[in-house]
Amino acid sequence: MDSSRQLFQYILSGLSNGAIYALIGFGFAIIYNSTGIINFAQGEFVMLGGMLTVFFLTVLHLPLIPAIVLAILISTIVGISFERLAIRPLKNAKPLSLIIITIGASIFIRGAAMLIWGKDTHAMPAFSGNDPLYLAGATILPQHLWIFAVTILIIIASRIFFNYSIIGKAMRACSYNSQAASLVGINVKNMVLLSFAISSAIGSMAGIIIAPLTMTSYDVGIMLGLKGFCAVIIGGMSSGLGTVLGGLLLGLLESLGAGFISASYKDAIAFIILLLILFVRPEGLFGKKESERF
Amino acid sequence: MTGKKRQILIFLFFAAAVLLVPLFFKGNYLLNVFVFVGINTILAIGLNLLLGYAGQISLGHAAFFGLGAYISGIITTRFPLDPWLVIVLAAVCAGALAFVIGFPILKLKGHYLAMATLGFGIIMYIIFNETVGLTGGPSGLSGIPNLHIGSLIFDNDLNNYYLVWLFTLVVMLLSINLSQSRIGRALRAINDSEMAARVMGVNARILKVQIFTVSAVISAIAGSLYAHIMTFISPASFGFNFSIELLTMVVIGGLGSIYGSFLGAAILTMLPEFLRVFQDFDIIIYGLMLILMTMFMPGGLISGIQKIAEFTAAKIKGMTSNNAQT
Amino acid sequence: MLRNIFKIIFVLFFSVLMAGVVFAAPPLKIGALFSVSGPASFLGEPERNTAEMMVADINKAGGIKGRKLELIVYDTQGDATKAVQAVNKLIKDDKVVAIIGPSTTGDSMAVIPVVEKAEIPMISCAAGIKITDPVKKWVFKTAQNDALAVMKLYKYLQKQKIAKVAILTVSDGFGSSGREQLKLQSKEFGMQITSDETYGPKDDDMTVQLTKIRDSQAQAIICWGTNPGPAKVARNVKQLGIKLPLFMSHGVSSKKFIELAGEGAEGIILPSGRVIVADQLPKSDPQKKALMNYVNKYKENYKVEGDHFGGHAGDAVMLLKRAIEQGAFTPAAIRDQLEKTKKFAGIGGTFSYSPQDHAGLTSEAFVLVQVKQGDWKLIK
Repeated sequence: MDSSRQLFQYILSGLSNGAIYALIGFGFAIIYNSTGIINFAQGEFVMLGGMLTVFFLTVLHLPLIPAIVLAILISTIVGISFERLAIRPLKNAKPLSLIIITIGASIFIRGAAMLIWGKDTHAMPAFSGNDPLYLAGATILPQHLWIFAVTILIIIASRIFFNYSIIGKAMRACSYNSQAASLVGINVKNMVLLSFAISSAIGSMAGIIIAPLTMTSYDVGIMLGLKGFCAVIIGGMSSGLGTVLGGLLLGLLESLGAGFISASYKDAIAFIILLLILFVRPEGLFGKKESERF
Repeated sequence: MTGKKRQILIFLFFAAAVLLVPLFFKGNYLLNVFVFVGINTILAIGLNLLLGYAGQISLGHAAFFGLGAYISGIITTRFPLDPWLVIVLAAVCAGALAFVIGFPILKLKGHYLAMATLGFGIIMYIIFNETVGLTGGPSGLSGIPNLHIGSLIFDNDLNNYYLVWLFTLVVMLLSINLSQSRIGRALRAINDSEMAARVMGVNARILKVQIFTVSAVISAIAGSLYAHIMTFISPASFGFNFSIELLTMVVIGGLGSIYGSFLGAAILTMLPEFLRVFQDFDIIIYGLMLILMTMFMPGGLISGIQKIAEFTAAKIKGMTSNNAQT
Repeated sequence: MLRNIFKIIFVLFFSVLMAGVVFAAPPLKIGALFSVSGPASFLGEPERNTAEMMVADINKAGGIKGRKLELIVYDTQGDATKAVQAVNKLIKDDKVVAIIGPSTTGDSMAVIPVVEKAEIPMISCAAGIKITDPVKKWVFKTAQNDALAVMKLYKYLQKQKIAKVAILTVSDGFGSSGREQLKLQSKEFGMQITSDETYGPKDDDMTVQLTKIRDSQAQAIICWGTNPGPAKVARNVKQLGIKLPLFMSHGVSSKKFIELAGEGAEGIILPSGRVIVADQLPKSDPQKKALMNYVNKYKENYKVEGDHFGGHAGDAVMLLKRAIEQGAFTPAAIRDQLEKTKKFAGIGGTFSYSPQDHAGLTSEAFVLVQVKQGDWKLIK
């Protein structure tokens, strides 16, 4: 009884963390799929979402919903400016320069946040209280349900967007072959810009809904970004559902590993899985095989 | 031929300058900073061989640096082994590890390679941090002995300066040789296009693993030197941040340039000295530097300097030839 | 003729300059190494603020024996390499007579060989027991040893008839040092550690570790870490509905912790310096005056509550001031005077150094405090 209750709690905790990773990983996948870039600054948008919301709530005393909307808006503007100022001017950029530029941007955004808001950690009130919900002896917080709900919503929305809207289809076309896409009249540059906008919006959204659980400070972006990245690699870049499954699997393995092996090596477990997947199946567990691209 | 002669001349000039520097900085704290510039130069060159020549990124190079430091630190604080011997042992271990993981890791390309090396770096950091019984964990490992040759003990800035820079000059010389050799050309071919290099008969896979191994060995030696000079090490010095710092050194100095690596290492090591005025702003400047350098000076500072030098040389030439005509 | 006039003007000019120098003796340079940025900035920032505030106060009052102090602060970023570079600069370039800091145990251990060799007194603000045990000639410290905090806590647990505890520590310098002490002293106090779990400084969810602890035989949970980790632990304990009493370390004794942990903080007991309960201390407490003074001044200057981390730097400044007041202007004299410090009631406790003890505090430096209705209450 005791051990099954324990196991169930591990699974529940793992899945709730996994949903967070999946949501963050989703932001990576959107940019990668339309540009082939892995945006190492993705984690910073997660941080921006949380920090901006806390700022609007506590300093400007805005109600929750306007605070969230404004935070997403500003993060998206940061994402767009990043693309316009640092990514677009690069011509024939090699992956190496793109990696370095996105790393530079992540350091820059983190530094700016530290100067503006200081180094303290900030708490954010939960959307619907902190009373735990019981599920067969294991517990979960209402905020976790929010995370699951938003993740599912974003996946459905993006599925519809990429498969049925003209713009979404155009973005997919760019990802398959940007030259061919531009030949049929798609403005590739705008599609890239749009992918940065969507991905920073999703990143900041993720940051906002997890902040009540994880709290937020200027430097939360690094680890969350890396975990999101693990999720997307495990699941595979090419499919949205794959990313979600990858995230859930990562969370689950982390929590079982921490429970049955050692909590000290929890992060090591995540990265060992990452390496194994990269070695054995670089396209991800649920991804479609694609030709070498760089 | 003249190109080669010029290379040798430049190196001799550089070596002479390095050896003379302490005369001007006797008792100055900058001598201590120069010791770390030397260590970072070794590390930057090690990474540059991989990044600048072969075009293979690594975001986990601090791991090899740490491995060298910890092998030296752990063994010399517990067993009465000759520290010099342990340095060799550390280098061999790091090389072996790099060789083994090199095969699966270097199969990956671009962003995937970056992520895999980053993951490797983090795993190693966690091992340094969590094996408390062995490494002393987060509070660090202290009491590492200084190196010595006979009665000459490397426990002050002057001695350490010569110790480190001797190693640095040797590493520089070997790297210059390597880059001029057949292997160097093959590596550059891989950097330009791996497919083309393969067609030309270059065994890209083995070559990449070999250069990764060499790079790891160089980093581990720097790590051992660091441990014996500091006499104290803790995991924080070998984390993700330091891997990024190393990358920045190479990029700012100039990809594929040995002297560029020195320049990058010197600037980044001494940056805190300049940036003290800016206090908290240094992290922002750091990020901006990475972005701006990649955007506007992809060849790094060294190429900028070269361009200026060539430009002035051409100007002078033009002026003298003009004068000759008149 | 003209030349002579120039000469006279020259001589006059210089003698005026020199006179100025003689009248105002050059300021005494004090170095400071704090981790103002980086992962340990929660220590370095209040420490820098406090040291700067106190030195400014001393100078406003005319300095010590006519000598003003000049505080030179360098940021170590919590990085041993940068700490060593900075300490070299302080000693060789700035030529300081004494050094305050570093903030972390790691940085302190890294710079100790340098100050020992240069023979400059250093007052570390870090808690690690290794810093002054064994005693190093030139190294003192103001932060209370972790060992004392553990002792204070275990004594209390013993009185409450709790003998089985689960420990949950963060895997950084602070947590691993605490974990070592918790395990070491458990035998002495007859404690049985039923579960020994750790978490990473950036971890967001500790429910797995706590689930394991819940199903062990523990009668209490001890969590050792600094913000924000323990706040997450407190929330997770509440989420899981664990009824075991939760104890923590002095690493979270600030208002910030209560703010972060929210309702989860209620009822938590921890050993702490007296700063956070300064106004609740009885008048007879020898530290009360120093504490109230510090708390009010800090709030006035920086608009936030002063915490006991800042207090470590404040105590170091005051200890140096006392030494210099005895006429010690050279590093060696300052060191000797420091060692003679007896019963100095500071912020972190009442310090008495001796040649055998450079930490200077007993477990009396700690009091037990509890969170009640969102505020710290002194347990008498």
